[in-house]
Amino acid sequence: MSGLTKKQKRTLIRIVLSAILLIPAWIITNHFDIIWWKSLIIFLLPYGLIGWDILWRAVRNIAHGQIFDENFLMCIATIGAFALGEYPEGVFVMLFYQIGELFQSYAVGKSRRSVSEMMNIRPDYANVRRDGKLVRTDPEEIKAGDVIIVKPGERIPLDGVIISGSSSLDTAALTGESLPRAAETGDDVISGCVNISGPLEIRVTKEFGQSTVTRILELVENSSSKKAKAENFITRFARYYTPCVVGAAALLAVLPPIVAGGSWTEWIRRALIFLVISCPCALVISVPLSFFGGIGGASKKGILVKGGNYLEVLSRTSYVVFDKTGTLTKGVFNVTAIHPDQCSESELLELAAYAEAYSDHPISVSLKDAYGKNIDNDRIREVKEISGKGVKAVVDDREIAAGNDKLMESIGVKCRPCHRIGTTVHVAINKSYAGHIVISDEVKPDSDEAIRALKAMGVKKTVMLTGDGKDVGESIAAQLNLDQVYTKLLPADKVGKVEELLDEKEHYNKKTALVFVGDGINDAPVLSRADIGIAMGAIGSDAAIEAADIVLMDDKPSKIASAIKIAKKTMNIVRQNIIFALAVKIAVMILGALGAADMWAAVFADVGVSALAILNAMRALSVGNID
Amino acid sequence: MKKTFKLQDLDCANCAAKMENEINKLTGVEASVSFMTQKLTVSAPDESFDATLKQIVKLCKKIEPECKIII
Repeated sequence: MSGLTKKQKRTLIRIVLSAILLIPAWIITNHFDIIWWKSLIIFLLPYGLIGWDILWRAVRNIAHGQIFDENFLMCIATIGAFALGEYPEGVFVMLFYQIGELFQSYAVGKSRRSVSEMMNIRPDYANVRRDGKLVRTDPEEIKAGDVIIVKPGERIPLDGVIISGSSSLDTAALTGESLPRAAETGDDVISGCVNISGPLEIRVTKEFGQSTVTRILELVENSSSKKAKAENFITRFARYYTPCVVGAAALLAVLPPIVAGGSWTEWIRRALIFLVISCPCALVISVPLSFFGGIGGASKKGILVKGGNYLEVLSRTSYVVFDKTGTLTKGVFNVTAIHPDQCSESELLELAAYAEAYSDHPISVSLKDAYGKNIDNDRIREVKEISGKGVKAVVDDREIAAGNDKLMESIGVKCRPCHRIGTTVHVAINKSYAGHIVISDEVKPDSDEAIRALKAMGVKKTVMLTGDGKDVGESIAAQLNLDQVYTKLLPADKVGKVEELLDEKEHYNKKTALVFVGDGINDAPVLSRADIGIAMGAIGSDAAIEAADIVLMDDKPSKIASAIKIAKKTMNIVRQNIIFALAVKIAVMILGALGAADMWAAVFADVGVSALAILNAMRALSVGNID
Repeated sequence: MKKTFKLQDLDCANCAAKMENEINKLTGVEASVSFMTQKLTVSAPDESFDATLKQIVKLCKKIEPECKIII
């Protein structure tokens, strides 16, 4: 048995020893007619060995004024059995209780370990060059601006920018994504990724405390401090439950003999059976274990959940509201069509790129990216930016105007409108129309699948909010089969719209939840207003991690469905455990009270229910079949 | 001030819940005991933090003597 703690090993040895002692005790008392006090001593040996700590704890807790706990239950049940002369039962109940406890503590330890292994992204060292030699340094000692070297096979210890080298990075520990990501000089890299192929020299941009790894670890480690309602319910339940059961058992022992003249021994025995079965351990341990497993399983998929309560709410999702840019679309503008009127496509693009050469506007950047060649600044003269309209410049002695229809109007050029959805840049050469270029934001490849998956799992309504114009917004909504779209919203309007939708959802079904998904830029207020705020692609955005309840490490919208699936699975397990444990316990309690179940049945039922509930709870950790 | 402490040998979920309840009864203190991560998170006013911590250690000792708060 590897992986047992010292304490667990000690318990195991005690269990084995007392089981060994129990065998001769049983044989002797069964085959020889010995005086009662001799057989009592024979059985008290294994009993003392296995049960002394439970007895001690019960005494100690009573001294502290905490009478009713499972130690106390076990003590009265076993001492009661001894008092009735049922010595083997007394020992066995204690023995099985200890086996159950050991199993619990082993199972809990195992899932604790598997979650921490999964989050094993904490870097141990960073390589720094000192006097020409590489020195391993504690990442905490490195400041922003320092240069570190990451060799192939090593984990990037701190967030930074690559200043030389190129490689591919394994981001699986952070995002759950198995395909390596290419990284070159100039790229930002985040801590926690593993460098696969080539050595990288990285200028650190964030010190250890602010690095991605530290923030993720903090988030996961603090997650279990936010408890789900089911969890709180169980601990509250246990607080009232034990005194009630002890009371009921006392009544069961006393009332029938007094009122109906039953036999004292018989009814006391029934009361003891009642006590053994009533132990609430199975519930108390399996519910937090399930939530912990669910949160751990989700983080394996690159989904960080800030608490069990969010899994609970997420499992009841009925409305999903998306932000458009950066969430359903890539948030990167690309040239999607070039429609020249009098020149070639490449010439039109070249002229537009030259005219916009000095501008940093996202549209200008995308034109330059699409052009792809170096811009020769000597060819450009007299650049004039006209705010809200476009640019005028002289390129190769030709007067170029590039901008929207208002710009064309202002220089008296009639432009041809475009049927394509997106931002249209019209180009005029020497005041005659030369054609237009359409730039649009691309829909993410898995957005479509994400919406379909949400619908398939019974999400009532999907809504998109965007600051974009009506035509752009509506065409994307239609393309993705979204139920509703609100366009031309300012960031402040989004909160209002989400509030409206929250009202609508209340009307539809109060118990369900509205989820808002955003990329974390500008939507922190909306993230916190929704029942559940999900920030995606949030590595690096502090505000989003702060405001969101769930953080998707990569920017794939399909992970929303995965998160909901994990939440539903976890809640199912929690519900199964509560119902199963209570049903078995109540059934055996009734049977015990009626005299149909004996002490053995009670012990097996108690330990068995705990074991099954724990095994079931550990299922929450495995997310292999959820994509 | 908000601080997190590791709890050693926290072996029973019920005790964790009890500890949490008792600590939260202290005035001005908000605490959470996580059985799974074996961690105690306490937020209390800065000026009385150390005194509060002492009280917490005492409480935990009473509820579960085997469990140690690692400070």
